[in-house]
Amino acid sequence: MQTWVFAEEIEGAPASLALEMLSKARTFGGDLAAVYLGAGSESAFATLGAHGATRVFHLVPGATLPTAAAAAALAGLVEAHQPDLLLFGVTFTDRDVAGRLSARLDRPVLASIVEIIIDGDAVQVVSEILGGTTLIDTAYRGPKPWIGIVRPKSFAAEAGAPSAPEVIPVALPDAGHAGEAAVLERHVEVSEGPDLEKAAIVVTAGRGVGGSEKMASLNELAGLLGAALGGTRAVVDAGWLPYNTQVGQTGKTVRPNVYIAAGVSGAMQHLVGMKDSGTIIAVNKDEEAPIFRVADLGIVGDLHKVLPKLVEELKARR
Amino acid sequence: MGPLSHTGSAMKIAVCVKQIPDPNTPYALDPVTHFVERPQDQVLDDTDRYGVEVALQLAEATGGTVTLVSMCPAGNLQGIRQALAMGANRAVIVNDPALRGSGALVTAKVLAAVLRKEEPDLVITGTESTDGYTGVVPQQVAELLGLPSLTFARKVTQADGKIRIERLTANGYEVVESALPALLSVTSGVVEPRYPTFKGIMAAKTKPVEQPTAADLGFDPGQVGPAGSAQEIVGVRAAPERGAGRKVVDEGEAHLEIVRLLEQVKVI
Repeated sequence: MQTWVFAEEIEGAPASLALEMLSKARTFGGDLAAVYLGAGSESAFATLGAHGATRVFHLVPGATLPTAAAAAALAGLVEAHQPDLLLFGVTFTDRDVAGRLSARLDRPVLASIVEIIIDGDAVQVVSEILGGTTLIDTAYRGPKPWIGIVRPKSFAAEAGAPSAPEVIPVALPDAGHAGEAAVLERHVEVSEGPDLEKAAIVVTAGRGVGGSEKMASLNELAGLLGAALGGTRAVVDAGWLPYNTQVGQTGKTVRPNVYIAAGVSGAMQHLVGMKDSGTIIAVNKDEEAPIFRVADLGIVGDLHKVLPKLVEELKARR
Repeated sequence: MGPLSHTGSAMKIAVCVKQIPDPNTPYALDPVTHFVERPQDQVLDDTDRYGVEVALQLAEATGGTVTLVSMCPAGNLQGIRQALAMGANRAVIVNDPALRGSGALVTAKVLAAVLRKEEPDLVITGTESTDGYTGVVPQQVAELLGLPSLTFARKVTQADGKIRIERLTANGYEVVESALPALLSVTSGVVEPRYPTFKGIMAAKTKPVEQPTAADLGFDPGQVGPAGSAQEIVGVRAAPERGAGRKVVDEGEAHLEIVRLLEQVKVI
């Protein structure tokens, strides 16, 4: 089994999801390579190596949106090296490259993967559908390579002994009109406080909070608990919190020890991003809110009454 | 297949939409085929209202037109009429039982076949459907048509025949600009979708809805449905449920329940 894992560079290092996929693919026991899209560095390649990649195909993006050209480059590499399985993550750029590559190679993509089962030459995956309420087992058929898109935090990233992989620079080909979209500006939106995806406690605001000016008790609670602040789709769409704080299908997947959902109804697209948290606490006025179906403790009540009292109580205990 | 050509300034826009079973009702999977059962009454996927709105705004700004393109069981066309009632001019729905159980790539090929005939300047999609789970159909369509994919747009503007977006990235956003033709996928925060007016709802009843079959578009039976999808669903099961815990109605002291639980799990 020859597996390739796509790894986008985020702030100078491979995306954590890529390291999770490499760690899983290392257990397949075959040949393992990373396809790295970014400026690249010794330390980035070493990180890929420590997670099992023995080879790194290094693609350097230019001033255009690299997704079409990266798919074209990958198609060429696939023809030359004949890998069996190509893994991508449920992230913006990964999805773009995986989708375009699939159409280019005429191969299917299976997505929302949470488990991969290798049986000799066959590959079967488990995907979460309908907001994670249903699991579906799908087997790839037809010619290889097979393409999969993996959900974050499905596998643990485990670094092994340091090793320097062989790095093979790959020029991005001219993808014609499809590759001509120009990237004019890049903006990093910095969130204050702990990293949402790594925090032990997450406090999430839902539509029920009612407005960006009504976030004070949530902010205070997050501060007191050392928690990261997250938002539902409705909240980031409304601009109450930046987009990179979104928890759910399109946003981040979190698995903290404690998840506190304030004014969150619990739509399927949200539950899929947080249902594997350790302890879930929900405060919502609507006693029928679906979030209560996954909450260990559900408070039916006004969050603007419950949270300020909670904040005062926590302060009193300091 | 080369890129679609852009002619004139009136923007010809195609929006890919989907009607789905009402998400507020529990979904049923056929126990034998494992396909989602599709009732006659289906609703416009809520996430598609944003693409329709962006299309209408761009069409209004340039004196253009909006065509809905879909591959779905037509049922009574309720969901498609919702989008027509918002103001789209017409719809092309590929409605064919042979397409049941098609994977994402087959869906993309069918949509691309319609779009090749339509020759739009701009193709607009959502980022993923509410009931599906692949989220790659827009990118596949773009590749099949040789178009740039301006994906995950949270803001869209146009000027001088170019489209400019703010594209979500892992740690923020980037400003991306492309000449037409192009494909655009929009997030659900991009605009505030309009509600259909009474006049719009009445007009939608008589707007043209073409319903070609897969064969009309040149597909053989072996190229579509499960046979053409190179993947086989071998099992479906409920995910292990996380049992609901205690529910407490706040009568002024419920915050103490939270304190006790936080103590119990040793975070305070």
